[in-house]
Amino acid sequence: MDEEEARDFNERCAQCSEVNWGLTDGGRFYCRTCHNVTERTRDVVNTEVTCNARIQTISKGSRNRGKSEEGWEWYVCEGFQLILKKQAEALEALGVCPQMKDEILCNFWRRYLQKSQQAYCDRPAGEAVKALSVCDSSTDMDSEPDRPSLLHLLSLSESDGDLQTDCSFASSSGKVSECTSVCSGSVDGRLYLMKNQKETLRMSMPMTLSFCYMALLWLREPMTLSDLLRFVVEGHIPYLNVYQDFPEKMKLYGLDLRIFCVESWPVYEEVYSKMIELAAFLDLPRFPDITESCFLHPDMLCMKYLMEVNLPDELHNWTCRVVKKIGFGEVDFLTLNPGNKSTRKVKYDVLAAAIIVVVLKLLFLLDDHYEWLLSGSAAERNKNNKEGGPYFDFKEWYKVIKCSLDAEQKKLDEERAKYLWRCEKPLFYSVKKKSKVLRRRQMVVNLQNQFCKLSGSVQPAERPNPSSFQLSWSEENTDGTCFHGHSLKGILQQKNGVLTTINPDYWLCTIRLCREKLCGHLAHYKEVDFPQSYHFVLRLFSFLLRIQPSYIHEEVCVIEHKLFDKKLSKKPK
Amino acid sequence: MDGLVAEVGSALLPALHLPCLPQHFYRAASSHEHKLSFKKSKEVCLSYIQDAILQKQWKRAAEFLTFYIESIEKDYSIEYMGPSEIIWRVGTEILCNHSHGSIGEFNSFIEQMKTLGVKRYLKVCLEHAFHLLCNGLIDEAYQNLSLAESWRFGEQTTAQDKEMKLVQAYRGLLDYYSWSKQKNTLLEYEKEGFEDSSVEREMHSCFRKAAMSLKEIIKIPGVWDLFVKSYVDLLEFYGDHQEAREVLSEYAYNSKFPTNPNAHVYFYQFLKRHGASKKSLVSALKILHDIVPSHELMIDFNIMLQKSKKRKKRRLGLEVIFAALDYAGTKENVKAWSCLARQVKQIVISEKHLDWIKEEWNSRKDWWPAFHFSRYLAKRNWQENESLTYEKALVAGVLLGKDCKYFKYVSHQGCKAQVKRFRTLKKFVNRHGPICLRISGL
Repeated sequence: MDEEEARDFNERCAQCSEVNWGLTDGGRFYCRTCHNVTERTRDVVNTEVTCNARIQTISKGSRNRGKSEEGWEWYVCEGFQLILKKQAEALEALGVCPQMKDEILCNFWRRYLQKSQQAYCDRPAGEAVKALSVCDSSTDMDSEPDRPSLLHLLSLSESDGDLQTDCSFASSSGKVSECTSVCSGSVDGRLYLMKNQKETLRMSMPMTLSFCYMALLWLREPMTLSDLLRFVVEGHIPYLNVYQDFPEKMKLYGLDLRIFCVESWPVYEEVYSKMIELAAFLDLPRFPDITESCFLHPDMLCMKYLMEVNLPDELHNWTCRVVKKIGFGEVDFLTLNPGNKSTRKVKYDVLAAAIIVVVLKLLFLLDDHYEWLLSGSAAERNKNNKEGGPYFDFKEWYKVIKCSLDAEQKKLDEERAKYLWRCEKPLFYSVKKKSKVLRRRQMVVNLQNQFCKLSGSVQPAERPNPSSFQLSWSEENTDGTCFHGHSLKGILQQKNGVLTTINPDYWLCTIRLCREKLCGHLAHYKEVDFPQSYHFVLRLFSFLLRIQPSYIHEEVCVIEHKLFDKKLSKKPK
Repeated sequence: MDGLVAEVGSALLPALHLPCLPQHFYRAASSHEHKLSFKKSKEVCLSYIQDAILQKQWKRAAEFLTFYIESIEKDYSIEYMGPSEIIWRVGTEILCNHSHGSIGEFNSFIEQMKTLGVKRYLKVCLEHAFHLLCNGLIDEAYQNLSLAESWRFGEQTTAQDKEMKLVQAYRGLLDYYSWSKQKNTLLEYEKEGFEDSSVEREMHSCFRKAAMSLKEIIKIPGVWDLFVKSYVDLLEFYGDHQEAREVLSEYAYNSKFPTNPNAHVYFYQFLKRHGASKKSLVSALKILHDIVPSHELMIDFNIMLQKSKKRKKRRLGLEVIFAALDYAGTKENVKAWSCLARQVKQIVISEKHLDWIKEEWNSRKDWWPAFHFSRYLAKRNWQENESLTYEKALVAGVLLGKDCKYFKYVSHQGCKAQVKRFRTLKKFVNRHGPICLRISGL
């Protein structure tokens, strides 16, 4: 692009007498043959309104507008900013307060840009020159051995395996001399990928969700991370293919694809750990307190989950007792303090689910034997004595929940299989491949239409209305499938004035917790080692939160060890 | 809760600590299999498609295929069977079986498939042509094949050489088919005294086109029964018997070609048509006997050999007919049994070469009785087919003696029904009793 602009500068270079000019970031001419930078600057009158008023590109000095077909020059962080804006708008539509978008998220983002030196700071000029000069001259490639080549960049292994195949394929089919065509739509796409991850906490698509969640947490909005991720997968929050909402002139191709295209759904762990890293990176102070009246407090969340899994309301007393006993309801424990590296960071939804699991274990033991015994006696009692409301019968609950769970799981599995990843906006690595990509896209659309007709009337799967509850049970149903009002009387007893469980036993999920530094987890889960009932309960919450059972299991282990702390430390030698 | 006793259930052992390993080996491999990615999602989709097809739920298969199709956009042809090929095969299956799948839709689908993978172009064309032929659309198939024949695509043309030869061969076969139609038309005309030079000209041009392509394909080692037969038919019509004989002999005897019983059958039939010597006929059938002892031509072979004056040939004949009757397919073949019966009778009467029968019977005496001569079979054969029973009874009587189950039952029934030949049979076996005993080894 700058070739055209440098074209009319026809003076001979002072050092090498060649006429081969390029343009530096600062708007100065430089000789491409000998890299001699002149003092001559190019005056660009920029009458166009910049597309993004938030970014100040003072250090650049000029905002070049290429030919109209070629589009604008844009930076990667501008792209991410657009994406964040869209996500915030979607969250607002879901009911989050507008403060999130206009104040919180915005400020977080600005701070991030400042910290990572992409804006709001003095940019070292040398960096920018590198970007352009490497892109232009292919002959210089060989003479710069320390600079990673384009091919190397394309094949850097990232977490998205598929994209790696795409890139290595794209690079293998083209030759080195054609690298100029496989650049990127954005100005600094290449530079972006070259950045060292560790130092600057490079922005990525999953990290946009980390930003969103961080903002939600700051505002203590009633949306957990698992809710957020579920909304993303259901399509209520733009994530996959969000780049198609970029303005027409912001062309996306080549290396941009590595940055903006996602080939997999975000993983809870990844988004969460990135959020923690981000909070520390931005030097944020202690987040607003999570108190008992807050949605994210275990007492509240447990109530919500208990309702959702159709367990009696009376269980809530027990969850509160457990929370109190282990001290997980304390403000200091629950509130995120990025500066304090030693405290364990809380995953509110996983914690609430794990607490319910522990309570179920306390009351029913869940050893594939005792709970059915209890259930038997409850059923007996319910049959003989109709007054005073039904006693909670584990077996009945299990039957109802299993049916629903299996049906929902099957639906979810089919939805996952039917997911359409591609969108209308085509992706291509180089302009050369564009026509092929477009042709393929056209063929895909044709074939889809053809088979869609054959499959009968199949409407595109309508997005389910966003709802915080995935399963709902109504007391009004006369078929007796709602267990909210059932009583726990049959399994409780008074002992020394304290209401306690009939069940005298408990089994620990693990004797000892792992060392997190060694294997990354505090506990591991293998289905075959545990009772079926326990596995069922884990599976239930795993479905609700859309995470692996092992995460909930880990949390259960931690809670248990806290709960039985005294007994464990008192073990006879 | 203070009254609870902590019991340790099935606890996992802590990680093994190996001090010598470098630090990063301590981490358990992070399992990202649950990570739902494009690739995984499409794999799952494909498994749904497979299930639906296996259960013949075509609508459901089509539904999931709709969602699988976008994997074309990420097809790099590195896997053994990539998305494009899967879509081609699955889509064909669905369109063929779905109640609403019309041939027009199928055609348009296949045209798209042809453009999808240039490495498979000719294969797709061939299968398309087969499909059209199966639906009786011969002209369309011909057009497709001709179009495919004229396809050129740089390196790919040489890479897909084999498929090209097949395309040409099938096109040649269709030429043969239209030649044959025209030939029949001409013959009709001749009968009625017409003459039509245009049909004749067309016929000859079809012949030229067909002959050229067919000749090419049969040069390559392979199983080309249909092509060979057609080519030979063409050659014979135009009187080129020499060439026809060479072609058939190549096809049957060239060791590079895979063993093919049909090749020998064709060669034999050709020789017979052209009045070849007994010797050549026998040598042609001898090989067939070695490859497929149960072939129906073995009966004719036996008849031919029995008539021979040479002892070796007659010996071979006996071997051949015994071998043919070893197989379940010939069990109820009256002609086969009659051949055996005749030869056995002749030997018994002449009292020469009893050792032949003995040799053949040696390896069979353990299982033929149960296989052919059980009482159940006696009853059934008697009910169903008298001639068969007669022949079999003769053989049984000779090989097993008059006291064997089969013979006893049949002769009893036969005499009861007062069928003359059974009485004769009884007498015959009784007369030659001692010889029969000698054969049965008692």
